[in-house]
Amino acid sequence: MSTNKKELAVAALRNGTVIDRIPSSVLFQAVRLLGLENSKCHVTIGNNLHSGKLGTKGIIKIADTEFPEAVLNRIALIAPTAVVNTIRDFEVVEKKTVKLPDTLSGIVKCSNPKCISNNEPMATKFEVIGHDPVMIRCHYCNHTVAGKDAQIL
Amino acid sequence: MSSNSLVSISDISRDEILDLLDRARYFEENPNSKILDGRVVATLFFEPSTRTRLSFETAVNRLGGRIIGFSDANSTSTSKGETLKDTIKMVANYVDLIVMRHHLEGAARYATEVTDIPVINAGDGANQHPSQTMLDLYSIYKTQGRLNDLTITMVGDLKYGRTVHSLLMAMQYFNPTFNFIASKELQMPEEYKEFCREKGIKFTESTDFSEDVINASDIIYMTRVQRERFTDIMEYERVKNLYTLHNSMLDNSKPTLKILHPLPRVNEIDRDVDDNPKAYYFEQARNGLFARQAIITRALGIDPRK
Repeated sequence: MSTNKKELAVAALRNGTVIDRIPSSVLFQAVRLLGLENSKCHVTIGNNLHSGKLGTKGIIKIADTEFPEAVLNRIALIAPTAVVNTIRDFEVVEKKTVKLPDTLSGIVKCSNPKCISNNEPMATKFEVIGHDPVMIRCHYCNHTVAGKDAQIL
Repeated sequence: MSSNSLVSISDISRDEILDLLDRARYFEENPNSKILDGRVVATLFFEPSTRTRLSFETAVNRLGGRIIGFSDANSTSTSKGETLKDTIKMVANYVDLIVMRHHLEGAARYATEVTDIPVINAGDGANQHPSQTMLDLYSIYKTQGRLNDLTITMVGDLKYGRTVHSLLMAMQYFNPTFNFIASKELQMPEEYKEFCREKGIKFTESTDFSEDVINASDIIYMTRVQRERFTDIMEYERVKNLYTLHNSMLDNSKPTLKILHPLPRVNEIDRDVDDNPKAYYFEQARNGLFARQAIITRALGIDPRK
């Protein structure tokens, strides 16, 4: 019985958000991007789950929380394959893919130590210059980095 | 932010480049005037650069403007820990235009975001130096009578040399053909070659500084190969003289060929080239004055031709 209860606690979400199809290698970066480290809600993280398309995948379930689209779209930086399900009263009311914005502010740290953004108290800013694979360029020093290698602030 | 700022050559359009060149031509004919009378320009050199600073300050002085500023950040509040933002906001209270050089990359872009006063980037680390690009363009335009359909050979350090990168970007509007001549360690970065492919710009790449390439060129743009760029000093010793231009190599070159170099030169152009009429690097530096007068008046919204 207790096993069933545990499974139920993980599987069922009355209200909240389920982010699925995150590549296993970037799951914990996705957790950071969403700022879940400081969340007080129930958060369930699964990794290395079987996926037909990705091989293995990660999944994040956050109870009683819906994210603004701009926050969710940050995930596209590292996991363009991710799918976001919005759950209300046990039903999936919306299912959508993430879409990378044109600019990323205050999310990624520039890898160039001589960049002004690493030497002044200021927000970083990157422009997305490629989608497949994701490439971003620092608005200030013009250094480019692949999305998967981006250092999340 | 002022739209008259100039941070990177890629911020301005083909028409704006042509307008700046026309202004430079005007200032070459009329270098002295009072059109900046009553204007105050700040030259903030957080990193010393005598050549660029003197050129900008001469440009302002010859147009009747006044200058405040510093040539070394050690004598400013920066050394007390003041942020760049605070320094820029403070100076912006006093002046009509800021010309700045900084060792940190992106400093000038950031400065434009914290003030409404126009900012001219006089070099930000290894990133951008648009007034150098404008003087290079003006030198090419002046010596060839056009910018379109030219063959430009870039030689030396094509990996780290920001002047060649900016010139390449600026020439995108003028159907150039590039020859990139460099050792394996210092070749043109892939992103700039990709840029050429995207824009349909023709280019060749070689480690061999051959006479065939020289004889086909309208412009040879020489750059300094710096020892500290090499991980392998033996490799430096091997290649340093392969990319030295000697006068005898110019025997069968085009009569209209000009040799450019952003200076300072070390040994990549032999002294025996200096007296060849095709050597243009000293006049090139002089064109910096007119190019900077053009950039300054554009930034201040003043048109000298009217």
